[in-house]
Amino acid sequence: MAEKGKTAEELAGKMRDISIAEFFEKNRHLLGFDNPAKALLMVVKEAVDNSLDAAEDARILPEIKVGVKLPREIFRVLLEDGTEFGRVVIENGNTLLIVGEEKTKPTEVKERDRERVFLFTLGETNYKFKIHKKEKEEVYEFLRGRTELKINKIPADRFIVFVEDNGPGIVKENIPKVFGKLLYGSKFAGGRQGRGQQGIGISAALLYAQLTTGKPARIWSRISDKKPVYYYELRIDTTKNEPIILEEKALKEGIKEHGVRVELEIEGKYMQRFHSVEEYLKQTVVVNPFAKITYTDPEGNTIVIDRVVNELPVQSKPLKPHPHGVEMGMLERMSKLTISRTTSGFLTNDFCRVGPQTAEQVCKLAGIKPSSNPHELDHDKIEKLWRTIKGFNFMKPPLDCLSPITEEKFVAGMKKMYNAEFIETVSRPTAVYRGSPFQIEVAIAYGGDLPKNEPAKILRFANRVPLLYQAGSCATIKAIQKIDWRHYAIDTQGSMPIGPVVIAVHMASVWIPYVSEAKEAIDPYPEIVKEIRLALQEAARKLQRFLSGRRRAQEKQQRQSLFEKYIPEAAEALAKLSDEDKGKIKSCLEKMLKKGNIIIDTEEEVKAPEENKEEAEKETE
Amino acid sequence: MAEKNTESKKKLVDFGKGLVKQAEKGENPAMDVPIRTLSNVNYSQKTGMLSLGIKSSKRFFFNVAHVRKFVQTAEVAALAKELLTVDKSLSLRQAFYAIRRTIAGTNIDIVDDQVESNKALEDLELITDISREQLHINANKLGSIAGNVIIKDKGIGGKEILIDWSKQGSGGWSIPSRVEHLEFKKVDAKFVIYMEKAAMWERLNEDEIWDKLNCIIISSQGQATRGIRRLLQRLNTEEKLPIYILTDFDPWGFYIYSVIKTGSISLAHASERLAVPSARFLGLTADDIEKYALKKHIIRFKDVDLKRIDEISKYAWFKDKKEWQKQFELMKQMKGKVELDALVSRGISFVSEKYLPEKLKAKDFLD
Repeated sequence: MAEKGKTAEELAGKMRDISIAEFFEKNRHLLGFDNPAKALLMVVKEAVDNSLDAAEDARILPEIKVGVKLPREIFRVLLEDGTEFGRVVIENGNTLLIVGEEKTKPTEVKERDRERVFLFTLGETNYKFKIHKKEKEEVYEFLRGRTELKINKIPADRFIVFVEDNGPGIVKENIPKVFGKLLYGSKFAGGRQGRGQQGIGISAALLYAQLTTGKPARIWSRISDKKPVYYYELRIDTTKNEPIILEEKALKEGIKEHGVRVELEIEGKYMQRFHSVEEYLKQTVVVNPFAKITYTDPEGNTIVIDRVVNELPVQSKPLKPHPHGVEMGMLERMSKLTISRTTSGFLTNDFCRVGPQTAEQVCKLAGIKPSSNPHELDHDKIEKLWRTIKGFNFMKPPLDCLSPITEEKFVAGMKKMYNAEFIETVSRPTAVYRGSPFQIEVAIAYGGDLPKNEPAKILRFANRVPLLYQAGSCATIKAIQKIDWRHYAIDTQGSMPIGPVVIAVHMASVWIPYVSEAKEAIDPYPEIVKEIRLALQEAARKLQRFLSGRRRAQEKQQRQSLFEKYIPEAAEALAKLSDEDKGKIKSCLEKMLKKGNIIIDTEEEVKAPEENKEEAEKETE
Repeated sequence: MAEKNTESKKKLVDFGKGLVKQAEKGENPAMDVPIRTLSNVNYSQKTGMLSLGIKSSKRFFFNVAHVRKFVQTAEVAALAKELLTVDKSLSLRQAFYAIRRTIAGTNIDIVDDQVESNKALEDLELITDISREQLHINANKLGSIAGNVIIKDKGIGGKEILIDWSKQGSGGWSIPSRVEHLEFKKVDAKFVIYMEKAAMWERLNEDEIWDKLNCIIISSQGQATRGIRRLLQRLNTEEKLPIYILTDFDPWGFYIYSVIKTGSISLAHASERLAVPSARFLGLTADDIEKYALKKHIIRFKDVDLKRIDEISKYAWFKDKKEWQKQFELMKQMKGKVELDALVSRGISFVSEKYLPEKLKAKDFLD
């Protein structure tokens, strides 16, 4: 079990007295909500993770709609000297021109395909405000009478985020707790590979919304088309860590068949490029190629990322802890809680990879009677038992409990997102760190449309979830830095590869050891870094073979064409010299070239020393 | 001559047929090219000449590094064959243009500059053992001559005419690129002075030194052309005239002397026809610089010059000569060269009135 994971659990236990929700309120950075830009992404991430997990558990091919909307837009109208004349505010579909204290509704609104025009009259003067959409950009125009005034849009700081899935839905009774109580949910049981691990995620997002905008969460859920859609408006009572239901009703529509829709209004900051919602969703599809994701950005542009694989991944299996994965404190706690009556039974039933014979052997080595009651083991005996376990050679934990992406699907996901000449994946055999099985899969893409002179793009994934922050402390980056990429014909800058390369690393494990609760980076355990490195090196070797093959083919082509050019010349000169037929000589040479094996690649016959050159120059005046 | 043409032509055609035969057999066509570098040049103490060793390399058509040279060599061979067939001659420059063209649909030229065609031609001489002159390709005519000598040459329509080298005026008689056909009818001159600079020749001609000292004065520009070297050799062997070489005090001047005396590395195969092992150095020495107070006219060496001194001083034919090693040593100490022209600082005709008579009288020349 991961150290950090355990901390969370313990933390949850300790904090229950003062309420975990209250604790979060004060320490939201621990869960990744430390700044507005990250928070927006975290909300999307938590909701999407849940949707994917739910659909996968119910064996439904996921189809997820994600949207970020602006609850209000504010435009500052500026006079020529730069002072503010007034503001135009669009909020919940209503538009107002505010000048001083005076608020004016538009006299007329014209909406066309890519253009919205609002006309106002204030006193004697007519005003015209126009929003025009040019490609993806919006252009604004403001006229006071016939004079054009400058207009500035105030960067949005509030967003409505919604995520809707086609999963199994949540039964009515559970909805408030799933969303309105931290540490509630199926995942908290652990022992299985899943996207979330602590059951904090989505309720933390709710709490964040509540803290920043005060707006309640809006939830729709339907479990079958024969049942109604249940709609809730929820808040969290932070002192009790209990949901407060503000509104609860059954609707006829809102969700097709089955699924869940969550809508939160939060403070945030909209980012472009690498830390954008779009990037996050695109990366999600790389490792979840069976998912279809539709995304609508604040300006109303919609992208659809369709699934490339119509098959869900193999479901991971729950796993009892491996003896090497437990700390002493945990062993002691387990011995007290077990339902087994004998120590050997305890070991056999509560751990994986311990059979009756092994259990007996371990007991003997620890000087404990196998038949003794585990509840009665004192601290010394537990410590002896723990030390024995630590030194004992158990079978490795079962390796089939994981759900890797698999090479074929990883390639499909990469191909969907990157138009590259070369895409290869490598799956390492399942390995173990501290009793937890894990598996590393990597993919490398090269060439094609990838930018040539930029640093290589690094994609990091843990249990099919993209990791966008804290790259520097991640096992992935540490492993990449350990490799001398120049060995594999890839340029480097510092210790990082540059060029038209995408490097994707996925770790599947029951317990991913994250550096922090925000789940942004994988703790660089030596075993994990080593596995990632080995996988990357193997993939890089494949890439190197591809590159040198391509280079050889190019060189061969160049050689071939060099001789193709010279053959007619040589044939003509030799024909003149020997009085033989030119055509005959030409075809002989061409035949040889076609065979191809005759070409020699050597250095110059003899390098002319400098002195010779000088002499030649002087002699041939 | 015609007979010689036929023989040379047959050699060329056979060379071509050999290559075609290889191609027909599916073998990579290859030329055996004797290696023309210092490593394959031998100096014989006995003859005092350079000769070419037995090392040769294969030049293949189907070799990325060879194909260009292969085609160049075949091109010059085909050109030479054509020249022999029509019995005409071309200069090296003209030969360069004769084979120069761009391969259709490419930006590759058969030859980029004359150095390439010259080298191909030198290789062809070695491959076929036919001299360039016999292949009807000549160097540019270069050089002047004056002296008390009457020769027989060919005039208009191949008619024989007599030429008196003492009656050629201020420009002297112009030395043709081929000298094989010349006949020495009356030779009164007692020795020959070859100089590397045309300006020096004009000085000596104006001073009528060839009459005063009864000698022949010859110049070209820099290294002596093959034609001049052959002429020097003929005057030396046929007329028993001593040959003196007048050059600057610098490694390049010394090497001009060396080439005339022992032959050159790239034409080592032709030494027997070109070298004059008995030639003596009459140019500036370190002692002359001292004696005639020319130190103030030292022109500082560049790195290439110093490197060249090291190279030349190690050549087998300089290595064991103490007097020469002394010159090299002093030259290195002076860190500069002195040109013959510097003698003018002692008087306009100092070279003809003092320098040459004194040196010749004292037999002050290097061997």
